[in-house]
Amino acid sequence: MRTPFTVRLLRSTPKSGWLAIAVFAAITLIGVPLAHLALPESSPLHLSAYTVGLLGKILCYMVVAVAMDLIWGYAGILSLGHGLFFALGGYAFGMYLMRQIGRDGSYGAELPDFMVFLDWKELPWYWAGSDSFLWALFLVVALPGVVAFVFGWFAFRSRIKGVYFSIITQALTYAAMLLFFRNETGFGGNNGFTDFKRILGHDITSPEMRVTLFALSAALLIACLVLGRYLVSSRFGRVLAAIRDAESRVMFIGYNPLHYKLFMWTLSAMLCGLAGALYVPQVGIINPSEMSPANSIEIAVWVAVGGRGTLIGAVLGAGIVNLAKSFFTVTVPEYWPFFLGFLFIAVTLYLPDGVVGLWRKLRARRALAAAPDAAESSVAGSSSAAEKADAGPANVTVPKGATA
Amino acid sequence: MINLSQLDRAESAAVAQAALLANEQREQWESEATTSHLVRSGELDLSHNVILYLDDITVSFDGFRALNKLSLTIDAGELRCIIGPNGAGKTTMMDVITGKTRPDSGKAFFGQTIDLTRLTEPEIAHAGIGRKFQKPTIFERLSAFENLELAMKADKRARRTLFASLFDEDRDRIAGVLKQIRLAHEADRPAGLLSHGQKQWLEIGMLLMQEPRLLLLDEPVAGMTDDETERTAELFVSLAGKHSLMVVEHDMAFVEALGGKVTVLCEGSVLAEGDLASVQADPRVIEVYLGR
Repeated sequence: MRTPFTVRLLRSTPKSGWLAIAVFAAITLIGVPLAHLALPESSPLHLSAYTVGLLGKILCYMVVAVAMDLIWGYAGILSLGHGLFFALGGYAFGMYLMRQIGRDGSYGAELPDFMVFLDWKELPWYWAGSDSFLWALFLVVALPGVVAFVFGWFAFRSRIKGVYFSIITQALTYAAMLLFFRNETGFGGNNGFTDFKRILGHDITSPEMRVTLFALSAALLIACLVLGRYLVSSRFGRVLAAIRDAESRVMFIGYNPLHYKLFMWTLSAMLCGLAGALYVPQVGIINPSEMSPANSIEIAVWVAVGGRGTLIGAVLGAGIVNLAKSFFTVTVPEYWPFFLGFLFIAVTLYLPDGVVGLWRKLRARRALAAAPDAAESSVAGSSSAAEKADAGPANVTVPKGATA
Repeated sequence: MINLSQLDRAESAAVAQAALLANEQREQWESEATTSHLVRSGELDLSHNVILYLDDITVSFDGFRALNKLSLTIDAGELRCIIGPNGAGKTTMMDVITGKTRPDSGKAFFGQTIDLTRLTEPEIAHAGIGRKFQKPTIFERLSAFENLELAMKADKRARRTLFASLFDEDRDRIAGVLKQIRLAHEADRPAGLLSHGQKQWLEIGMLLMQEPRLLLLDEPVAGMTDDETERTAELFVSLAGKHSLMVVEHDMAFVEALGGKVTVLCEGSVLAEGDLASVQADPRVIEVYLGR
């Protein structure tokens, strides 16, 4: 006998996890929409358009962080180019939004404004079909997926690892940024795509649309977490963890690491693409700066702050850093880069397992204080015991000094 | 899901030799989702009672000949000990057999038909050669149980592993091996917390889970207590016959306890072969061990 797939999927997230997801879903799918649409603006619980937009944006970042954690925290592959996949998804959907403007642009032409401005006479071949919503959805997933697959295939087959891999991903996103900056490539140059008006004929600035996009982002995040939990607690996830620890040993017991890494890498990129597609209509613009190396590094910082290899840590990290960022950029914008740098150094030095690691340490300490008799036996495996208690048996932690 | 199908294709390419076989068996897999049908790169042919055949193997690293026209055969079911001074080429020989190192010249066959010089490491593992490294390499952050689970003979392609789960028989088998290697009470602890000797045993257990036909064991009792060493010898002797074993070891008491044929390697080729007593009496062997 073996356990059916659906049961395994349900079991892969512990009960406390499902409870948290239920609460989160209630807030994001019901609470926030009601607070924005139904409550009058005078009510203290009313959420402004700005707040909903900001939270929606952060939800998209959280999806990216989860995707990053899957490949970095669990497979030990640090990508410093995940911003590229995010931006590719954004551009694929952004072009659909440009086409939805129709003749309502400032030039009143069939072509998007930036093309008229740059004297394009007709749509280039690669944007054919970009007025179709379904084709745009397909591109959102397929484009980052194909780029990641091809890049990963060559990189992993050549057994490029560690810091070398990270540097190449950084170069990749930088090269793409330069390409997208150019006017003649047909991606809108440094202005990118903006001035969106409609999705599927509906007004993009209406409160209903805002709430819909927000709820979709929340749903995507939940789906990513459930999928991620399944992956990391399955045998597939254990093979990945084994590859991270001792790749050659994995080969000698008959697994081909290339396929495992490639699958996770491509999946991670596709999730980023989806997040990018939801991000663009919520912020109203996509331009090449999204591909700047600094953006991709920031994604890694989110995950490091929250705690690698925990999934929930990625969500928390993305939330904490981005809320801090919006606070700083509103009040003292010039200090934000310093704060970010300080945060990264502080986390590396004092919180190698991030916020989640700190939480577990405190829990373990409290458990130790509560039951001094059991102290001796739990000293050696204190972190693992604590984590089993709150994150399910198959969770994999990244101890101090693990591979970057 | 475009990448899934591409992944599938890439994988089938990797097991190209078995593609036909895989197609035939696909339906069976689908219905049974069983682990008993492996993708094999050709069946192991033991018609001449030889499981491993190395002929005239030469490997050079920057002009240094790690293996120099090495020829060696191992019979099916045999327990062979390999001894030799440091730098004699013992580990390099294992690297050649497991596909980690490609020989500059020479032949390496597993059974009569499987050319080891043409296969990749995972393919060789599937064909039925298991290897234990000198330094115990286990997956430290996984439990002993999970280590054995990953090693278990199964369809190890990524898309199968994605939906793989344990059958009751698999659990029983893992429990059986845990008992055999005396780790039943440590099954759920992270393997990194085991003692050195226990790690060695765990790695031997991982080998057993793979159900290999030929086991390569590089210094399996290094760091074990006398008691553990004795038990390891018992285990190996009981495995011989059903499996073939090649053991590299410096511990002469252990080699004596195993009691099989002994091959002495020196400077990349075979210096002497025979039972331990006759090898130890060989003046050439005495010379390389005691210096000249």
